[in-house]
Amino acid sequence: MANSWVTTVDHKRLGMMYIAYALVFLVIGGIEATIMRIQLIAPHQTFVSPQVFNRLFTMHGTTMIFFVAMPLLFGFANYLIPLMIGARDTAFPRLNALSFWLTAFGGLLLYFSVLGASGLYGAGNAPDVGWFAYAPLTSTTFSRGHSTDFWTLSLLVSGVGSIGTAINLIATIVCLRCQGMTLGKMPLFAWLILVMAGMVLLAVSPLTAAQIMLLVDRYLGGHFFDTQAGGSATIWMHFFWIFGHPEVYVLVLPAFGFASEIIPVFSRKAIFGYPVMVGATVCIGFIGMSVWAHHMFTVGMTSHANMFFVLSTMAIAVPTGIKSFNWLATMWGGTIAFTTPMLFCVAFLFQFLVAGLTGVMLSAAPLDWQLGNSYFVVAHFHYVIVGGILFTTFGAFYFWFPKATGRMYSEALGRLHFWLFVIGFHLTFDFMHLPGLLGMPRRIYTYEADRGWATWNLIVTIGVVFQAVSILVFLFNLVRSYRSGALAGSDPWDAWTLEWSTASPPPAYNFAVLPSVKSRRPLWDLKHPEDPDWRYE
Amino acid sequence: MTKGRVAMYCLIAAEAAMFTIFVVAYLFYAGKSVGGPTSQVLHTPIFFSICLLSSSLTIHRAVQSWKRGRMRSFAGWWLVTIGLGAAFLAGTALEWRDLIYAKGLTIQTNLFGTTYYALVGLHAVHVTAGLVALAVVSALACLGYVHTEHADRGEVLSLYWHFVDAVWVVVFTVVYVIGR
Amino acid sequence: MSPTTIFAPVSTPANEIAGLGVLVISMSGAIFAVVCGLLVYTIVRFRRTHDETNEPAQVYGSNQVELAWTVVPMLIVVVLFLATTGVITRVQEAGQPDEALHVVAIGHQFWWEYRYPGSDVVTANELHVPVSDAGHPAPTVITLLSADADHSFWVPRLAGKTDLIPNRVNSTWIEPTETGLYLGQCAQYCGTQHAKMLLRVYVETRAAFDRWIAGQRRPVEIDATVSTGRRIFQRTSCVNCHTIAGTAANGRFGPDLTHVMSRDTIASGVAPNTRENLRRWIRNPDDIKPGSRMPSMNLTEQELDAVTAYLASLR
Repeated sequence: MANSWVTTVDHKRLGMMYIAYALVFLVIGGIEATIMRIQLIAPHQTFVSPQVFNRLFTMHGTTMIFFVAMPLLFGFANYLIPLMIGARDTAFPRLNALSFWLTAFGGLLLYFSVLGASGLYGAGNAPDVGWFAYAPLTSTTFSRGHSTDFWTLSLLVSGVGSIGTAINLIATIVCLRCQGMTLGKMPLFAWLILVMAGMVLLAVSPLTAAQIMLLVDRYLGGHFFDTQAGGSATIWMHFFWIFGHPEVYVLVLPAFGFASEIIPVFSRKAIFGYPVMVGATVCIGFIGMSVWAHHMFTVGMTSHANMFFVLSTMAIAVPTGIKSFNWLATMWGGTIAFTTPMLFCVAFLFQFLVAGLTGVMLSAAPLDWQLGNSYFVVAHFHYVIVGGILFTTFGAFYFWFPKATGRMYSEALGRLHFWLFVIGFHLTFDFMHLPGLLGMPRRIYTYEADRGWATWNLIVTIGVVFQAVSILVFLFNLVRSYRSGALAGSDPWDAWTLEWSTASPPPAYNFAVLPSVKSRRPLWDLKHPEDPDWRYE
Repeated sequence: MTKGRVAMYCLIAAEAAMFTIFVVAYLFYAGKSVGGPTSQVLHTPIFFSICLLSSSLTIHRAVQSWKRGRMRSFAGWWLVTIGLGAAFLAGTALEWRDLIYAKGLTIQTNLFGTTYYALVGLHAVHVTAGLVALAVVSALACLGYVHTEHADRGEVLSLYWHFVDAVWVVVFTVVYVIGR
Repeated sequence: MSPTTIFAPVSTPANEIAGLGVLVISMSGAIFAVVCGLLVYTIVRFRRTHDETNEPAQVYGSNQVELAWTVVPMLIVVVLFLATTGVITRVQEAGQPDEALHVVAIGHQFWWEYRYPGSDVVTANELHVPVSDAGHPAPTVITLLSADADHSFWVPRLAGKTDLIPNRVNSTWIEPTETGLYLGQCAQYCGTQHAKMLLRVYVETRAAFDRWIAGQRRPVEIDATVSTGRRIFQRTSCVNCHTIAGTAANGRFGPDLTHVMSRDTIASGVAPNTRENLRRWIRNPDDIKPGSRMPSMNLTEQELDAVTAYLASLR
């Protein structure tokens, strides 16, 4: 029985493996954050040394992005896409499995560095160069031992896995849609995954390239980033952010996808403006490849270069805002039920609005000259990733849990999770903006008492307690409901996309008979034969 | 639009993005080496480039034959492709031997050395991977496992080979034409 | 009030940014209020009541509405963009008067080197500049270099931050209109003690500034009472890292110590410059700043006393 999970090529199992893997690392990344917040609860604490703190923020960032967010979202995509498009599996099931195992191995490789330590074959400690590993701090001069190499190699390996998954998802969506499901009739989630996968192809490769260059520098005596030999430190930044910025869109697009599936069902209305949502997504995909140097406003680019990136970054706020308005319009005139998934998505709408606005603030380059590299930025991106992406992902967990397990989760525990997490999230990340506005930079293991940052840091740390407890409630709910939750049936939410037409959990072959569709909401057409969608689309 | 074709186009897109970064690094650092040999020490590898680029034509012939069931013709042209690709790699090896021993240029020497060997080397690695894949097909064909119905897969593989050749056009232009 | 808030600017670049900040934050606040209001209204007005079983009217979209909420944000972007480019131009393209003071700041792991090329002054960690006034603008232009990794010069009340990047020449400027001590710190992760690479900028009246320059240029007096300490200093590898003008010590890896007692703090702002702290630092720098680049010299207690006395004589 256990063997079949190890050798499986079934997209549903691989999806759940990705998700389980991500949850383990979510806890680990959360512990790393908690230790940092304890260290920063007051000035001049000595809970951890500066060396350990610097490793913690490096590992926390790298873990959360590459071994929590990516696998979580790839996991959901893997699980849902074939079901949503009426296929039996992805286009390349074995590539799917290979990609999972590569990603998983990457994470283990990163954490092996913790055990490495100087004594064990001189392998070196956990990396401490920050998740963006700026040159020349990563050169052999400043980064002795192999800790940086663990960072590089683990991401190279999992990067190959990401590209494999992206290829698989694109081929699946392009080639395996069931009869009648044109690109314009597939669930919006599938569009978001399609664009996300395209961005992975174009964005992960530059990181791979830069990391190969770093290895050439560190092992073959190359000079790509060797400032002593005339090399450039900023070129690493360009290459990294050409990956790094699209990467955050890679993370947020599936989150948008979750919202686009959940909000309509619990508002009892079709998504408002499907074609515009598709167009906005594609726009975000394209513009998102052109904004990267807004992470570099302080490196001394020319005024014209700065202005270009101000414009492209502000421009991307337009399609992103359009999406928010479309979700709002979906709810408008509906009859909204505040189930746990919907609670998370409604919170997402508020929080993503704030995240977007703080992003616009940072896009005004001179303001970034003050707020860049400060806790304002840390607050902003956690608002996007936690307040935006993690919230909708929790919504997705609750929404599709009945489908994947055949059982209902506890709604009471779900609400408890939601409220605890909302309180904790806002205590931590609302107040985190303030030290940034008051001059607190990032990546500092301690701070002076006379700066006026202490009170806010205290509140920020207190929020962690609520978040930690809420995660425990969440995990407990998952496990207990899996074992003894009420039977859910195939369509507990009265929803409209194809995954709800098959059993819960779906059989290995997904559908007894491959479906054929006429509109974007095939189950709505079945349930409302007098007023089917295809009359209006 | 088969899934194999879609997948190959995706792979090509990803690889193109990676090569772009190496090309950008090469162009950015052109002329900025602090000392050591410059791009003037390069000899333009016209013959070996012709070898590689004509291998696109030969693989195309091979695939056409494969589709028409003319398996002996396919196998022959396929082998010619491998030979031309191998000749290209041999040419690169000769070029590098000259650069390292006669001109004193290694990947460590200066910015030019680093960016040159990395870019040309990355391409050579991709040629090698392609040759391995082509050789595997040849071996399978020898053993009698390859038939007309597999021609589409052969065509997908040839897309990769065409990409590798197209990258060489870019690398050649950047290194031997623009960069000097 | 926090000494490092971005909203209490005393220098032209910081003023410009604060003004832009007020505009952007107000506009964001207004957008937030409107959209938030709509969201709250929606979730209240359209929540499901208990007895509702019918599906609501299905509305699939509206081109006019989509146009409206595309055009309005675009206009907002145009306004913000124009405001932003104005500030970028005024700060980055500001021409500097000939009387501007030129300082070269070199970032090190984990301290700041300051050179005043016009006056042949080299110092560390505490930057002194003259105050400016509207009648006689006296900005200070700071060239930013790095000796090792990336750093960033951030004193929020004086200007936005600009990075110090090895093999690259960056530049920033300040034009402070109020005297005082302004604080900041390195804002680009540069290694173990990035957190303690503090900045102290002393904005002084022209007279006080000139006095300070003169004091920095004054040659060190040979004080016979500290000759023991001086000999130990010269004999130990201190001279390889530190410079004391007029002696054999001409190292540049660590801060110039010629007038070390003219500074209020040591270790780049981390500890007050007292004999006790000086002694503690020399004894074992990791005691005060673990991971700094200065090793413990393993001096005996008597040697420590002597060297501390010597350094304490360097005013």
